[in-house]
Amino acid sequence: MTTDPMAAIRATFFVECEEQLGELESGLMAMEAGAADGETVNAVFRAVHSIKGGAGAFALDELVRFAHVFETTLDAVRAGRLQAAPALLSIMLRAADALADLVRVARDGGTVDAERIKGLAGELTALINPVAGAVPDAGTDMDDFDFEPVMIAETPAETKRVWNIQFKPHAELYAKGNEAGLLLRELGRLGEMTVQVDSSQLPDLADLDPEGAYLVWKICLTADCEESAIRDVFDFVEDECELEVAGAAGAEAPAEEAPPAAVPAFDVMALIGNAQEALRQEQPPPATVAVAQTPLPAALAAAIPAADAPPAGEAMGATIRVDLDRVDRLIDLVGELVINEAMLYQRSIEAGLTRASAVGIALEELERLTHEIQDGVMAIRAQPVRSVFQRMPRLVRQVAAQTGKQVRLVTEGEGTEVDKTVIERLADPLTHMIRNAIDHGLETTEQRIAAGKPAEGTVRLHALHRSGRIVIEVADDGGGINRARVRDKAIQNGLIAADAQLSDEETDNLIFLPGFSTADKISDISGRGVGMDVVRRSVQALGGRIVIASRPGLGSTFTLSLPLTLAVLDGMVVTAAGHTLIIPLGTILETLQPREGSMHALGTDLKLILMRGSYVPLADVGAALGFRSQPEESDGVAVLVEGEGGARTVLLVDAILGQRQVVIKSLEANYRAVPGIAGATVMGDGRVALIVDVDVMVNQTNSAVRAMPMPEPPAVSERTLAGVS
Amino acid sequence: MAEVKTADTVSHELIAFRVGAQEFCVNIMSVCEIRGWTEATVLPQAPNYVRGVINLRGAVLPIVDFAMRIGLPSTEPTARHVVIVTQINHQQVGLLVDAVSDILTINDESIQPTPDIASELVKEFVQGLLPVDSRMISLISLANILQTEEVLAA
Repeated sequence: MTTDPMAAIRATFFVECEEQLGELESGLMAMEAGAADGETVNAVFRAVHSIKGGAGAFALDELVRFAHVFETTLDAVRAGRLQAAPALLSIMLRAADALADLVRVARDGGTVDAERIKGLAGELTALINPVAGAVPDAGTDMDDFDFEPVMIAETPAETKRVWNIQFKPHAELYAKGNEAGLLLRELGRLGEMTVQVDSSQLPDLADLDPEGAYLVWKICLTADCEESAIRDVFDFVEDECELEVAGAAGAEAPAEEAPPAAVPAFDVMALIGNAQEALRQEQPPPATVAVAQTPLPAALAAAIPAADAPPAGEAMGATIRVDLDRVDRLIDLVGELVINEAMLYQRSIEAGLTRASAVGIALEELERLTHEIQDGVMAIRAQPVRSVFQRMPRLVRQVAAQTGKQVRLVTEGEGTEVDKTVIERLADPLTHMIRNAIDHGLETTEQRIAAGKPAEGTVRLHALHRSGRIVIEVADDGGGINRARVRDKAIQNGLIAADAQLSDEETDNLIFLPGFSTADKISDISGRGVGMDVVRRSVQALGGRIVIASRPGLGSTFTLSLPLTLAVLDGMVVTAAGHTLIIPLGTILETLQPREGSMHALGTDLKLILMRGSYVPLADVGAALGFRSQPEESDGVAVLVEGEGGARTVLLVDAILGQRQVVIKSLEANYRAVPGIAGATVMGDGRVALIVDVDVMVNQTNSAVRAMPMPEPPAVSERTLAGVS
Repeated sequence: MAEVKTADTVSHELIAFRVGAQEFCVNIMSVCEIRGWTEATVLPQAPNYVRGVINLRGAVLPIVDFAMRIGLPSTEPTARHVVIVTQINHQQVGLLVDAVSDILTINDESIQPTPDIASELVKEFVQGLLPVDSRMISLISLANILQTEEVLAA
C-alpha cells in the first residue's frame, strides 16, 4: 500500500469517479429510453457534481471546467428548463464519454483531444443559452431544446415568485454539525420569507431523545430565484433531510397550511446544542436511511409506482466500501472453517458417535451455520454484471460510428450477480464479442434495407442465472455466419483440408481457431490479429464455455456460460490409483459401470467404449496423470465428461466416493501449473486433493481420434484438422 | 539473503538442520515456521524431489525432499521428521529434513567459501561453509530449491 495519504485519497477519488461515470451513463441511457423519472435526472446531476467537487479538491482544472459546463446544462434539465430530447441526450452521452476520458487522463496521464472537449463544452453551453435568451441560436435544430414550461409550474417571466418549502432535518444533519438555523438564515438571503416551525411531532420531555430530530420548518419564500438556488442552500445536507420545494400558485402566503401549534420562538439552538452533545447514542430512525431526499418531480413520479422504471433506489442503497483484501481474507478463513468443520465431523464418526447423538446433532447445526456463513461471505463478492454492461453502450457508439452502421444495444439482466473476479475478467471478452457482433455480425445499413430489415441493427446483451452458472448471451440480428466464407478462409489459412467434411456447427466453430479472421479487409475495430480464439481462451480460463448459434440471414448468438464464483466448485470425489481426486460436477454428464466387453482397443494405446450406441474415447485417469504406468484392467467406474466445445471422453476411475462442494486452491501460488490438474482443495481429513482438469483430459484423448478444433497448442489443432481428410 | 560484506559487525541468525549425517543451515529470516511431517498428496509429473503438497492452513504447500534435492538418498519420512516452511521469493516451500539441530548467530567473516572441487549440484545450493565447534555446517541458498524453469524442462 502506498504511504502517501494524498495518493490514497486520490485513488479513492478515481474509484468513485468510475462509479459515478457508470451511474451517469446508465442514467442517461435510462433517459434516452424514456424510462427516467426525476430521481434519474438527479442521480445524473449528482454524478457530475461529485466528480466536479472531487476534481476541484485535486486541482484537476481541465476536468473541473468541463464538468462545470456539463453540470450547468444538466441543472437546466433537472429544473425542467430543458427537455431531454434525443438530440440533447446524444450530446450528453458524448459529453459523458468525454468526461470519462478526462477522468482517465487525470488518473493515468496522457492527453485528450482538447478540440473535442472544447467543441462539446460549446455544444453544452449552446443548449442552455437559448433559454437564457442571450444568444438566439441560429441554424441548428435547437427548437427541440426550447423552454419547456410543463414539468414545473415555473414562470420565469415573473420576477417575484412564492415558494413553499418544507424542511425536515434528520438527526444525522445535526450529528454532522449542521445547524438548521444557519441554513434558514442563508435561505433568508434569497428574499423575504416567513418561517413556521411544526413542533407537533415533539414528544413529552420525558420521552425526548436529546439528539433526535423532531422539528419541521415550513417556509414561505418570496424571492426572485430559481428552484435550484433554493436547493443549493441545502446542497450539503440534502441527504440528511427531507426537503420539498414547490412553487405556490399565487402570491399569497399559505397561512392556512400552517399548523395550529406554531412555535416560532422555540429554542432551536439549545436543542441543536443538546443533539451535538449526545451524538453517540443516536439510533437513526430506519426510514431516514432510505428516504434521502424527496424532490418534487420524484415525489410526483413516486405517486405512480412504475414497474419498469430503472431501480434508482437500488443504487442508492446503503453500502460500505471495503478493501477487497479483507473480503478475500474472510473468504479464506471461512474456507478454513468449512474444512475444520468437516474434519471435526470425521473425527466424531471415528470416535463412534452417531448422527443422532447430542454431539452429532450439534455438529449438524454447526455444519448448517458454516455453510450459511460461507454463502453469505461469497455473496459479499458477488456483484451485478451492471458494471461491465455499463461500459458497453459507449463501445457500441464508438464502433457504430467507426463502421457507419446504426446500432441499438439492448441490455437485459444487468442485475444478475456474479463473483467480482469473474466480472473483472468478463470485460475483455465481452468487449471483443460486441465489437465482432457490430463489425462482422451486422450488415451495412444498405444491405439491411435491401434484405427488408430495419436499418438499425440490434445487439442484445443478456445475462441470466441458469443451473448454478451465469449465462451471458451476445446476439445480433445480422446476417449470421457466412459458412462458405468461413470455410474458404479456413482452407486458405491451412486450418482445414480443402475437402474436409464439416457440419454447420463445426464450420461455425472454426472461427475460434487461432489466427482466423473473416474480415475481408483488416479493420480498425476487430482485425488486430486477435480473434475469437482469444475470447474462447479467456472464457475457458474462467472455467466457462462459449457456444455459437447462427442462423443465416437472422443473426448469430454467442452464449457464454461461466461459473458464478471462481472460489468454490461442486465436485465428485473419486479415487484413481489410490489417489483422491475431484472431478468438477459441471463437466460430468453421467456415470456408469462399464459392462464386460464394452471397451474396445483401437490402435496401440487408444481405447473406446460403446455408450448409448456411439464410441467414446476412454482415458484412465490414474495412467493419464502418471500415477500408474499401465491402465489397470479392473472393474472401475466410467465417468462421462464433456469438455469445452462439446467433445466427450469417458474418464475411468477406481471408485466414486461422493460428491461435495470444495474450495478451490491454487497450485500456482506456491508451486506451478500442473498439466491435467486444474487446482487443489483441502479435504475433510485435512489432506490436499487435486482437481482434474477435464478440458485437458478431453482434449488429450480426443485429439487422437476426432477432428474437433483444438484451441491450443496451434500445432496440434492444425495436425488434427488436416487429418480429417 | 543479501550479504553485506563490508561491515564487520553484520551478523545473521541461522537455523541449522540435519539431513542424514550432514548439517545445513538457512537464514532464519526466510523461515516461516517449522512443523511436523504429515502425509503429502503426490503431484503428477513432478520432479522426484517434490514429495507432493500438503495443506498449510488453507494454502497448498509443496514439499521438497531436501536430501534428494541435493543428491542424497531419499528420506523415508516418519512423524519425527520435520518440515521447514520457507519463503522463497513469493512462494512458500516446505523442506523435508530429519531434524532441526540448532540456532546459530554468525558473522559474515566466519563463512568460508565452498571449495572448487565440490560438485555442480552442491555448488548450486551451498553458499558457504561454517565451522561450528567440530562440526561443519553448509549455508544453503534457497533461491534454486524449486526452480520453475528447471522443473518444467524436467
